[in-house]
Amino acid sequence: MTITAILFIIIGLGLISWVLGRIRASRFLVADRGTMNSLPSYHGWYTALWAIIPALLFITVWSSVAPSLGTFAVLEDPAAAKLPMDGFQRSAILSEARTLARNPDAQAFNPLARELAPVYAAADQRYAWIGALAAVLLCFAGAAYAFLRIKPDFRARTRVERVVMMTLLLASLIAIVATLGIVASLIFESIRFFSYVSPLEFLFGTQWNPRDTIPAEGSSGFGAIPLFWGTVFIGAIIAMIVAIPFGLMSAVYLTQYASANVRRWMKPILEVLAGVPTVVYGYFAALTVAPALREFAVAIGISSASSESALAAGLVMGIMIIPFVSSMADDSIAAVPNAMRDGSLAMGATKSETIKQVLIPAALPGVVGGVLLAVSRAIGETMIVVMAAGLAANLTANPFESVTTVTTQIVQLLTGDTDFNSPMTLAAFALGLTLFIVTLLLNLVALSIVKRYREAYD
Amino acid sequence: MTDMAASLDQTQPRKTDWRGEAMQKRIARRYAAEQRFRLMGLGAVIMSSAFLAFLLFVMLGNGLGGFQRTEIRLDFDFPAATGGVSPATLEGPGANAAFASMDVASIFSIAAELQYGSEGDAYFSENAWTEVRSALADNPAMVGEKVQLWLPASSAIDIAAKGDGSKAAEADYAKLVQMDAVKTSFNTGFLTGSDGTDPAQVGIWGALKGSIITMIVTLVLAFPVGVLAAVYLEEYAPRNRWTDLIEVSINNLAAVPSIIFGLLGLAVFLQWMALPRSAALVGGLTLALMTMPVIVIAARNAIKAVPPSIREAALGVGASPVQVVFHHVLPLAIPGIMTGTIIGMARALGETAPLLMIGMRAFTTTPPQGLTDPATVLPVQIFLWSDEVNRGFVEKTSAAIIVLLLFLLTMNALAVYLRNRFETRW
Repeated sequence: MTITAILFIIIGLGLISWVLGRIRASRFLVADRGTMNSLPSYHGWYTALWAIIPALLFITVWSSVAPSLGTFAVLEDPAAAKLPMDGFQRSAILSEARTLARNPDAQAFNPLARELAPVYAAADQRYAWIGALAAVLLCFAGAAYAFLRIKPDFRARTRVERVVMMTLLLASLIAIVATLGIVASLIFESIRFFSYVSPLEFLFGTQWNPRDTIPAEGSSGFGAIPLFWGTVFIGAIIAMIVAIPFGLMSAVYLTQYASANVRRWMKPILEVLAGVPTVVYGYFAALTVAPALREFAVAIGISSASSESALAAGLVMGIMIIPFVSSMADDSIAAVPNAMRDGSLAMGATKSETIKQVLIPAALPGVVGGVLLAVSRAIGETMIVVMAAGLAANLTANPFESVTTVTTQIVQLLTGDTDFNSPMTLAAFALGLTLFIVTLLLNLVALSIVKRYREAYD
Repeated sequence: MTDMAASLDQTQPRKTDWRGEAMQKRIARRYAAEQRFRLMGLGAVIMSSAFLAFLLFVMLGNGLGGFQRTEIRLDFDFPAATGGVSPATLEGPGANAAFASMDVASIFSIAAELQYGSEGDAYFSENAWTEVRSALADNPAMVGEKVQLWLPASSAIDIAAKGDGSKAAEADYAKLVQMDAVKTSFNTGFLTGSDGTDPAQVGIWGALKGSIITMIVTLVLAFPVGVLAAVYLEEYAPRNRWTDLIEVSINNLAAVPSIIFGLLGLAVFLQWMALPRSAALVGGLTLALMTMPVIVIAARNAIKAVPPSIREAALGVGASPVQVVFHHVLPLAIPGIMTGTIIGMARALGETAPLLMIGMRAFTTTPPQGLTDPATVLPVQIFLWSDEVNRGFVEKTSAAIIVLLLFLLTMNALAVYLRNRFETRW
């Protein structure tokens, strides 16, 4: 009896009870000439919910209890007397037997496990049947209870709607659960990391050279300053040097100069830039932009130019960010009251003077907020830097050299086998926590700037 | 400044001479500045779109070749090579044993060496013999005849045929052209195959299927939860601290970098819940958490756009608050919700980083069969191919990018169509 089969049976029974409940309610409806409290279909739903929900809850509980019941059954078995008393070996053999019971082709290193496997399989089977039987009985009992409660004055709708409201509330709580999950997993693993490496050394150390074992003296190799610098250099400096002028000027041109027709076509085209997957940008940066930049650098006499340069990653990332800056600037320019613009134009200022001296200063908080959001987006961006920025943890301000970023190193540390006891794996979580906090702060600051400024004109 | 000081000295303000030379110059300068500013704006827009065009141009230029493959003619004399295997043995239950005893691989290399000299074997793709085998399995009667088959060329010859190969490969290719033994045809294997080591043989179907399964999991989880949460927040939620907390969490989730979701998936789904690594199920769960806030935000806007008069009318004729929403508000908001969902799904389809974290970079030569099989997805496949040293993978990577972009374009076009077709202006 697999879980899927039981689920199908329960859903089938739920359907049947829906139909039965509805039929019974319709009889009352005919007999009472429409004085019923709820429509027949609500009675149907009420019956179906009573059939399905208790059974589903039971299965959830049972499937977490059944494995340990199975283990108890095996321990009762005479063959289990041969198990070693040592707790670790004992559980190793038991878990091996369990794998064997589920998949007879599996490898077994312990002869005892092979002996215990059939016992396990039998116990598992028995408890699966008991569970299935109980679930179906519960299903029938629930349906019968609800079925018998159907009366003309029974308030089925209120009860069904209460379940609907509970479902809605549960759905919206998932967002909180997800946030808590993120925070908890990051903090939990980071604390374990900080038991190997002190937080001060992680945040202020300048040597990044992660290894599985931490040397007793000298640098631990987990100093993240070069990573932070690389992230800021690519995401907040180079990318913004590209994105701010292009994004701002595009927004100004499209809102102030372009005809409606041009705007209708150009706005979606710019937005396509934000819709291209980042792996495509990364491939483009690595395949086309980086080699071209390297040749250029060598041609102007920078012989140290690397084929994985900060400039290539930053340029392409800046282009990806243009639409974000542009749409934020667009919004904040549109929010400036027309009276200010008209006043400036009426004084004889040209359009560009109005934009430079009236519109942009008035829209500045919004623009700054938008830029901060763009920075938070850029430093969390992964694929472009993984593919184009390289892995060398250099502390350099030369854009033609290779630098590495927080996100690149997270990917690097977690590729391959992840052992949750190795400081390398845990370091990725500490980096993730840092990234999470920084992006969160940037977003909060950006939103509060935007909000305060909005209030000034409303 | 001196002008101003002078004018202040006079009791009678001097009339500005607008037509004077100084003024004209000044106006000309201001107009020139205006022109320059305008051109800068135009330049920014043109440069941005030119970059997009350049990116697409590079991808198309590199990738179109990936949809074609070079094939070389090879003559087989099966009766002589096999010593007269009868077609009947290649059918039915004993077929596998018969193929094994025939040793198609060596028949293939002998035929290649007979026809193209001692290096002939190297002209063909590593796994070209499997095509001979499947051709025989499809049509066993062939084993009693002399036949001519077109088989895929090796990656080096393929690159040479597309005009970018090494000297040696170019020479081989020229030789083959002279013998009139080479042609290019549409590479159906690229659309139906899976990952592999030989760029001439790889295909994207495995990754595409992984993407499709992952997207289904994402949609099934994120859509109902997102819509229900949006309904709750927009229609029923009381104004209190809990509601604020939910809203903050949703807005925060929407802004979290995608790689953080990968860390969450790794710690919670793989480490804590012990779900299988590299599985489409885990990928779908992770992407669902990422997509849900997008759907919630879009659905809230769509629900907000339904005018209150609809709700009041429904309440007025006696509908309960739940009936008002599920019978009236939601049906009217569905087009907007669909648009937002498709855009969220398109974003999830292009996502790479979180899936790398949970190990969806499995090298599998067969497409995944279920939710828990090791799988990879299209963007991750692109990433993996881009790391390959073999030059033949360049065009395959770009071709896979073209396929991915086509999917995204279709989804976005669908979203725009839905918005224009069903959006009601109240």
